[in-house]
Amino acid sequence: MVNYLFANREQRELAEDAYKILEKELKPRIEEYENADGGLGVYPKEVHDKLVEAGYYAIFVPEEWGGIGLDSVSQAVIMETMGQIDAGFAFAFVSGVINSDKIAHTGMSREEKQLWYDKVQNGAVGCFNLTEANAGSDVAAMRTTAVYDEKTDEWVINGTKCFASGSPNADYFITVAWTDKTKRASQGCTAFFIEKERGVKIGKKENKLGLHLSETADIIYEDVRVPADHVIGEVGKGFGIALSGIKGAGAIVNCCPTLGAAQAALDFAVDYAKTRRQFGRRIIDHQAVGFMIADMTMKLESSRALMYTSLQAAQQDIPNNLDLINKCYITDNCFEVCNMAMQVLGGYGYMKEYPIERMMRNARIFQIFGGTNQIKRKNLMKSIAGRDPEAAKK
Amino acid sequence: MNICICVKQVPDTTEIKIDPVTNTLIRVGVPSIVNPYDTYALENAARLKDKDPDTKIVVISMGPAQAKDALKECLAIAADKAYLITDRAFGGSDTLATSYILSQAIKKVEETEGTFDCIFCGKQAIDGDTAQVGPEIAEHLGYPQITYGLECEKAEDKLRVTQQGPDCKQVLETSMPCVVTFTNPSFDVRYPNVRRKMAANRAEIPNVTAVDIADIDLARCGLKGSATRVKKTYVPVHDTNGVMIKEEDAGASARKLANLLSDAKVI
Repeated sequence: MVNYLFANREQRELAEDAYKILEKELKPRIEEYENADGGLGVYPKEVHDKLVEAGYYAIFVPEEWGGIGLDSVSQAVIMETMGQIDAGFAFAFVSGVINSDKIAHTGMSREEKQLWYDKVQNGAVGCFNLTEANAGSDVAAMRTTAVYDEKTDEWVINGTKCFASGSPNADYFITVAWTDKTKRASQGCTAFFIEKERGVKIGKKENKLGLHLSETADIIYEDVRVPADHVIGEVGKGFGIALSGIKGAGAIVNCCPTLGAAQAALDFAVDYAKTRRQFGRRIIDHQAVGFMIADMTMKLESSRALMYTSLQAAQQDIPNNLDLINKCYITDNCFEVCNMAMQVLGGYGYMKEYPIERMMRNARIFQIFGGTNQIKRKNLMKSIAGRDPEAAKK
Repeated sequence: MNICICVKQVPDTTEIKIDPVTNTLIRVGVPSIVNPYDTYALENAARLKDKDPDTKIVVISMGPAQAKDALKECLAIAADKAYLITDRAFGGSDTLATSYILSQAIKKVEETEGTFDCIFCGKQAIDGDTAQVGPEIAEHLGYPQITYGLECEKAEDKLRVTQQGPDCKQVLETSMPCVVTFTNPSFDVRYPNVRRKMAANRAEIPNVTAVDIADIDLARCGLKGSATRVKKTYVPVHDTNGVMIKEEDAGASARKLANLLSDAKVI
């Protein structure tokens, strides 16, 4: 059971309502969705639609655009709770909407933006994509370009993005391309809003270890033309706008689903350890197992506390580096909790008949995407160390 | 249309635990929900509203203050207004007294909300299973009634209801105002909506007390007004060692049943 220490009654009720929808619409069919499409898995659109109908996409749209505009703590409580049913689904659902805030930063007319925000509230899925085959952590190595066509006042985009989560189901894309290669990436790259109908092609679906309910594929931009008003923010400031987002967006997308998975894994392991008897006792009463459960609980609760502390700090605009810390700390801990849950269940945990192996497979990717935990550590190290004054003199 | 729905807050379990001393339900540790059959009534009203957005849905519930949670749940799903019918004088009411109080409360609420075209109820509550309150409300109000409704639609100035029969479905029409009780339909009840839920949490739900209902006869309310007394409440023991009789035809099945009962010296 989720520890709702950080949620008020309304936040908890909204999270529980979302859980009930997934418990009825998704849980009984997870294996079916996992194994669909030749084992690649599919994103269950019908479940997506049920949640959208109940208003769970509108919570990410600001009131100014007709949405509900819940704060990031409320969003996090809901997404964490949804992650308990399936981290893959929760991730796909939230990553399809979390970047919709960038529509407001395009140069489109207010009417066009409103049209898109209406679509978002009605379930339109967005896909943010940055990674390329040779540009993972080193995003500046990307090759995608956008060339301005003065005659038509359009940008012509060419390039291929890979590992794009949610791309097969997306209605619109947010991408970053080089617009001036003579400059540094921080000044030469621009972010774009691109509707699917503009000729965006989706490559072959990836065959992944886990997260089967979140479909992943390449995105191919071949002479895709977008009007000049589809630039997000300013030309040449793509990375700034692309990597910024709504407050706490990183934690909500990259931490909440896996936190939910870890909670579900812990709950399952505790139930099992209280039921399974060996040597005449419940296995939870054997210290070797009981201490594992205690460690799992500590890892989970400390992760949750860190996440909500970081969200509260973000809401209050308190400068901090918690974003870097919580991505590493929470996702490492959550994978470990799932892994330990498998150990508690022994051989049964390794079997597909039990949900732990799926939870563990799902939790693994959260240590990799959204910036690997090694890059996050490097950035954290740099934020603490600052520049060496001696090196600066040289 | 103007629709009133009577809802009841019930424990979220069919395994009712009874306090052996007080003979009342043990509610501690058991979450409360809207009686599922009442949600079928609500969904039917919501479907009428889908077709005619001018439809108003008013929910009422008789119970203690905590029953407001059930009313808020209804507001989060589809209802427009809610009233809590509550008074110490109403405590201990059996179905006869409850239906009398609700019928009087409906008249009181009509003073604010206008005359109701339909009174919808669940066919029964899952904690008491009497299935008496809906039909008794109809009797108190002098309205026509249809029980075991599955779905309904407006047919000019009448209400057309598909009714679940023992082995069949039949379509009935009734004039309005009327009372309809609903059982499990073929469709799902819609989920609470975030926007509606947040509005429901902030909604003022008025209390309707005995003082507010000018013509109510208190001698017909509460324990005093109840024609029945609960002597004992218990969960029936389900014998799972039943024998399935399914012969070639009904006659052969009847003969086998008679033989088995005879062997058991029951007949």
